Parts: sequence; structure tokens; C-alpha cells
Amino acid sequence: MRQFLRRQRYLIDYSLSALARRPGKHLALLLVYTLVVFLLASVMLFTQSLRREAALVLAQSPEIILQRQIAGRHDLMPAEYLDRIGRIRGVSAKYGRLWGYFYDPAVRANYTLMVPPPGSPAHGEPAPGEIVIGAGIARTRGLEPGDYLSLRSARGEPFAFRVAALLPHSTELVSADLMLLGADDFRRFFAFPADRFTDIVLQVRNPREVRKVAEKLSLALPDTRPILREEILRTYDAVFGWRQGLVFVLMGGMVLAFVIFAWDRAAGLSGEERREIGILKSIGWETGDVLRMKFWEGAILSLTAFFLGYLLAYAHVFYFSAALFEPVLKGWAVLYPDFRPIPFVDGIQVATLFFFTVFPYTVATIVPIWRAAVTDPDAVMR
Amino acid sequence: MLLSPAVLALNGVSFTVTLMLVLAAGFALQVVRHWDLTSGSERQLELERRTYLIATLVTWSFAAAVVSLLLFVYNAEQMATQFVGAMCATGVLNAHPLGWPTLFLKILIFFAGAAWLMLNRLDNQAPDYPLVRVKYWLLLGLLPLAALEAGVQLGYFLGLDPDVITSCCGSLFTADGDGVAATVAALDPGWSLAAMYGLGLSVLGLGAVHGWRTRGGASGVGFALSGAMAFAAALAAIVSCVALYVYEHPHHHCPFCILKGGHGFIGYWLYLPLFTATALSLGVGLISGWGHIPSLTAAVRADGQRFTALALALFALFYGVATYAILTSNLTMTGVWW
Amino acid sequence: MIELRDVKKVFNQGRGNELWAVRGVTLDLEPRQVTVFTGPSGSGKTTLLSMIGALSRPTSGRIALDGTLLSNLPERFMTQVRRRTFGFVFQRFNLIRGLTVLENVMLPAYPLAPDDGDLRRRARALLAQFGMDAKAGDKVEWLSGGEAQRAAICRALINAPRILIADEPTANLDSALSRELIGLLGELQDLGKTVLVASHDPLVFDSARVSRVVELRDGLLAEDA
Repeated sequence: MRQFLRRQRYLIDYSLSALARRPGKHLALLLVYTLVVFLLASVMLFTQSLRREAALVLAQSPEIILQRQIAGRHDLMPAEYLDRIGRIRGVSAKYGRLWGYFYDPAVRANYTLMVPPPGSPAHGEPAPGEIVIGAGIARTRGLEPGDYLSLRSARGEPFAFRVAALLPHSTELVSADLMLLGADDFRRFFAFPADRFTDIVLQVRNPREVRKVAEKLSLALPDTRPILREEILRTYDAVFGWRQGLVFVLMGGMVLAFVIFAWDRAAGLSGEERREIGILKSIGWETGDVLRMKFWEGAILSLTAFFLGYLLAYAHVFYFSAALFEPVLKGWAVLYPDFRPIPFVDGIQVATLFFFTVFPYTVATIVPIWRAAVTDPDAVMR
Repeated sequence: MLLSPAVLALNGVSFTVTLMLVLAAGFALQVVRHWDLTSGSERQLELERRTYLIATLVTWSFAAAVVSLLLFVYNAEQMATQFVGAMCATGVLNAHPLGWPTLFLKILIFFAGAAWLMLNRLDNQAPDYPLVRVKYWLLLGLLPLAALEAGVQLGYFLGLDPDVITSCCGSLFTADGDGVAATVAALDPGWSLAAMYGLGLSVLGLGAVHGWRTRGGASGVGFALSGAMAFAAALAAIVSCVALYVYEHPHHHCPFCILKGGHGFIGYWLYLPLFTATALSLGVGLISGWGHIPSLTAAVRADGQRFTALALALFALFYGVATYAILTSNLTMTGVWW
Repeated sequence: MIELRDVKKVFNQGRGNELWAVRGVTLDLEPRQVTVFTGPSGSGKTTLLSMIGALSRPTSGRIALDGTLLSNLPERFMTQVRRRTFGFVFQRFNLIRGLTVLENVMLPAYPLAPDDGDLRRRARALLAQFGMDAKAGDKVEWLSGGEAQRAAICRALINAPRILIADEPTANLDSALSRELIGLLGELQDLGKTVLVASHDPLVFDSARVSRVVELRDGLLAEDA
């Protein structure tokens, strides 16, 4: 065993010196290799971290959202439905929510207006005439606490709201376009009927009971539709996974080009290199030794490119907020949240990345390396 | 479903491995037909060179297959959130009839590949390559296995439908259900442990006999068979008994959840030694029958002993960890099981 | 003791440029002697030496080394025998550029994976023996012809082989260096090594240190041609 390790050490030694002796050739390959890893890793790291964020954020949201439907379209929820639900076992809390969308023609952006539900952290309901806004709105409209925001209501009257505070920067991913206001202001602004809510939400402690509760709700209120948090999570997951996969498929062409390039590099041995291998074989190196040495060369290149590419991708995503990718992966929006993804690395990610980069490279070089390694030492004598 | 990068990678790897083996098999066929060691002709020299390529292709295929097995399991773990009712990999595998077959095929390829590589290593130690035809015929048998695995895996991922409500490990591996998993979970813990330890003793005993006394073909095959049986008994025991001690829950039978961090990653300490030891024992069985060939006698002895010793050490490690898990667990089933 | 029985070697068999380099050589070579193979270029000296040195396989015929058959060994085993038994010195030195003299000398031992310190000591000792220890750290590109040849000899001897094979060793040396080289080869014989040389240089095959001269013509021994 010790001899095996020693032999590998000698071979690695030689591989390193061989790489160092032809820097130009290997540098070009290393650059391309690193770029491929960088691009793929960036996509993975970014999407993964978005997914994680979504999951973390959704963890706070209620287990069941009940929406009323008329002819398949979302309608407002009568307040008396809260009583009709009555007591269902497993439901720890239920309340009606008030929220809606508002299109601001001045900046051509959509805002989400919401009355903070009971028990929400930090803010409680804003005072009449006051609002708490997200960072996206603040940036787009140039607002600071104390400023006034004027919006045209449903009846055409202008409403002037005073900005009481801004929502914390750390919540920007979900709150960028959010505007919190008092229930009375909400109802007046939207001309919202007094006996209606937008929807009803329920909290269920035991995740195994959620479906059962949803079933009971459907029976009690047949014109409503329960939306489960786990379904939302699954949809997010699937969409993120799908989007990620799509980008990977699109990059498949790039990987293929890289593979061809790698093959070409490995196969294009100069006369000098061929001679060198011939010399090695004539002085006592076996085909197997030359093979192993060349694979170590590939391994050193691969590991360097992988490590570098991954580090650069990490920096790109987590320190520069994935500047290259935002348009593709976040969707079209005027109000971009300015957020810092939370670093998140896992084994599957690394293994998948490995299979998309190092594995194709290695496979592409197997035959060229073998061809080089079986060079006849006899030729060296002539 | 098919479009997540991990799934793309898994399918890509399986197909690439199949292609590599097709290439290897093509060359192997040529070797089998024209091999003549006594001839110094150029064709013979080319064939000898080809043997290096074949060995390299198979080695890399095997390495890829091992990592792909692990990635498959982890990916199934991670996809659990996308399936209603699935809380770990078990549910995901259960969401489609081809799920478990994919896993079993991957495991089978792992064992077949390991055994072939051991045979190849043996053959390379004799200057007259006595097993050339045997091992390349066997390689031709490896190819359909790889192709089948690639196809079944593809079918599984294509057919996965996240809207299908699947059962999680709690309901799958529960004594009241039906199906293989339920039957295994329902095994009486006493009997399954007895089987595990009993077959464990037999494999350790046969291994000792083979490694240090007889080292012949018959004892090697006996060791391999006992290794395979010990493997099956060990898996059954994990599902029906050991896992419960790890989870400290009398009804949680899942074989995958023990790989999670929350249980100290003990799953690795159980599965890695068990799988490696079984692979080694199968390989020993394959190589032990060739001691009658003069150029191989010494190598069969040496390799046989070395790998048997390694296999025994790993089996012992497995049984040690399993026993440790049972003894140090807070779950006590005295009065219920014993 | 090396035995050759009706050894033949053909290149590009069956094709338009088929060439029979060696047509049937039967020969016995004694150990601890300096044997020179001579003959015009194209007579098969180099091919014959490469087969004796287990660098290539004969198309037909037998080559045996101390009773062990070399000629039908597959490459892996041929290399193992060659590593232990033969050392090669080539006409064009064939040192690897970009590496130092010391590294070149140690290279043949890498696959055998000896202890690192041990290997360095052996290499330096050899270099000292041939007056090259001052140049151990120099890149081989900077060596003169004579120095390169001596470095090549050190490399050939690193694994302590019994048999040294040299192909036209004086081709790139002047007469003074050539005589020095022949003296070195004679010294190796004194150390108990067998030396086989292919050369058409009269300085070599006329030298007093040569035990036997074998003449080749058109792939056969001159006496058989």
C-alpha cells in the first residue's frame, strides 16, 4: 500500500513538472474549463439559494389559505364564512386577510397592499393615514420615512399616505413591493365591502392533519378552494428546478463544445510530447505508468479548474448577487429586490456539478490519453 | 421533473457509462476472437494495447457508477419535498414502479463491476493472460446490465409524476402494509437479528477458513455465497430492527433516514463497510477458482488472502457498528421483543 | 547469457512498404563481455538490439535470457524484465528537456517507487562516479555532448541493471570523448556488467576493450549472409 502511494507521488511529481513545462497549452484549457465550471456553478448556487430562501420565507406562512371562487375565478370572501368554518380539530388559529394589488402608473409598477395580520412581528397595524413600505417602492419613488405618497383610489380620489417606516432590508426578497396600511384605510382606498375579506388563512400545527382539514373545509364551504403551503413549496421547488434544468440544457451546447476542445487538446500531442513518452517507455515506464501519469495531469487540471470555478461562482453569487443572471432567473419586474443570497452549499450540488464538468472532460480524454500512452518505445531508438 | 440538473446528470452519466461499455465490449469481442499470445504479429500487439483501454474504460465506468448510486439516493432525498406524502427518499422511489428497480440495478452494477475489476487485476498478474477470454465474455455480460439500468432509470424519471400521492417510509415500511418493504419491516426483530448475526458468524468463519486454510475454489465460492446471504440478512435486519434503535422509534423502519446528519451519519458507517465487504467477498469467489492455472496459483493465493482479510475486517466493522447502535440507543424493547 | 534462435522482425507486414529488418539471426551472447554489433546502416543492428533489450518483440523466433523466454512476454512483463535487467544509452541521448540532470537520472526508478532519499543518494553517487555531480542541478539543455552522454549513462545505470545496451554511443562525440566513452564501457565490464554496443565507428569496434565483434548485413549475420 505504501509503495502504491509512493508511486502515485512520483507520478504526480512528474505530471506537475510536465504541466509546468508547457504552460501555454494547458493555460488555455484551464481557462475554458474554469469558465464552464463557473457558469454552471453560478446557476446552481443561485437557484439553490433562492429555493432555500423561498422555503425559509414560506415556513412562516400559514398552512392553509382559503380562497373563494365564483365560476372558477377568485372572489372576495364573506366574513361570515369564518363562523361557518366553526371549530375544526387541529386548527390553532384562523382569521381573514385583507390584501390586494395596485398599479402605480407613475412608475408602471405593481404594489402589493396589505393589512398586517394579527400577531405579525414588529409593526402591528399602521396608524390611520400612515403606511410602511418595502425598499423597492422606496427606491423607485424616492421615498423616506416622513415623506408622502399620493395614490389614486378606486373612486378616483387621491389618497395621501405618510411613510411611517421602511420594511427591513433583510426581507427585501418578499417585501420589496409591499405596502402595509390600516384596515380602515385599506377598505376606503379600495372601496372594499365591509363584510368581506380577500381570503381566510388557517394555521394547523400538525403537518399530517393539513390535508384532512383542507378536506373538511371543502365540505363545509363548497365554493372555496384551500391552497396548502406544502403545495406552494412544491411548486416553487419544481419551478426553480425546472428553470435551473432549462438553463443547464441550454448550456449543454457549451459543455459539448468544451468536451470537443478537451478531446482535441488531449489528442493533439506535439512531436516533442510523443518523443517524451517514447523516452519514458524506453527507460522502463510501462504503458500503465504513463496512463496513470497522464490521468494525474488531467486530475490536476480538473481539480484546479473545479476549485477555481467554484470559488469564483461563489463570489459571483454571494458577493456580487449574481449580477450576470438576474434577468433570466428572477423574471420580469420593475421592482428588483436588492438582496444578498444566503450562502448554501450541499453535496448534491457539488456532485452534480462534477458530473457536468469533470466527468465529461475525463471521458473525452480517455481515448486520446490511451493512444499517447501506447506509443511504441522502439521508435525512440531510431 | 426530468429537468432538474441532478436528474439530467444521473441520466447523462448512465448513458455515457453504457456507451463506454459498448466501446469496451466492442474491443473485448475483437480480443476474444483474435487473441494469440504466441504470435508477435502487429495485430496481437495492437490487441495487447487495447486491453489497457478496455481496463481504463471499465474502471472509470465503475467509478462513475458508484458515485451515481450515491447521487441517486441523495437526489431522491432532496426531491421528497416535491411529492405529496413523501418525507424521504423512500417515498420518491415509491412514486413510480421503476423507482426501486433502478436502485437495485445500480447496486447490482456496483457488485458486478467490483468483481470484474478484481478478476481483471488477477489476470494481469500472469504473463500469459490466462483469463483473457473468460473476463471479456463476462464483460459482454456487464453491458446489457448497464444498458438496462440506463433505460430503467430514464423510464423512472420520465414517468415520475409529482401529483401522484406516494407513501412515505412510515406507511411503506410498516408492518400493516403489503409489498416487499412491508414484509421486511414486519419481520420479527429477534429472528432478523438472529439471522444477521448467524449469517455474520458464518461469513466470518468461512472467510477465515478460506483465507488461511484452504484457499481453493470451493471455499472461495462458499465465502462469496455466504457474503451475499449475509448482505441480504443485514439489510433485512437494518430495516426491521437496527434502524428502529437508531431512530429510537419503534415504528420508523426507513433504510434511508439513517444517512441523515441528525443520526450522526451512522448510515454511512453501516452501509459503506457492508457494501464494500460484500463486493470483496463476491470478487474473492470469482477469483478463487483459478488456482489450478500454474501462472496464477501464487496470485490467487495472495489476492485471495488479502481481499478476504479486508472483507472480514469490514464485515466485522459493520456488525460492530450495528451492535453499537443497538446497545447505545435509548430505545428499550425488553419486554416487548425480548 | 542471451540466446537468440532464428529471430526475425518485419515492419508493416502485408503492406506496400513491408520491410524485413532482421531475417533470421541465431546467436549466443556471453555475460560480462563487451560485444559490438557492426555493419552498414540498415543492416538491422538497432532493431536487433531493441529486441534483445526487450524493447520490442520479434515477429518470430526465440530470445531467451538465462533460460527465461523473453520473446513472447506481453508488454507489461517485458517492461518489468527490462527495468530490472537492461539499461539503455541512445544515440541522441534522449534526455528529457526542461528537467535537471538529477531528475533525468532518477526517472527510470519512478515506477518502482523506491524510498525518495535512497534514490537521490544513488543518483548522486552515480553522477559523482562519472564526474557529473557538479552538474546535477543543471537543466540538460545546457550540457555539452560529452556531458549529456555521461548523464545518459548514469540514467541507464540507476536501477543497477546487469546489461547495458548502447546504440551508436559515439556518433555525436569527438574522438577524444569517444575514447573516453569506450574506456567507461570497459570499466563497466570490469564491474561485472555485460555491454552490448551497436556501432559502425572504427574507434569502437577496433578497441582493445572489445571482447567480440558481430557483423550484420541485410538483417543477417555476415557469416550467414
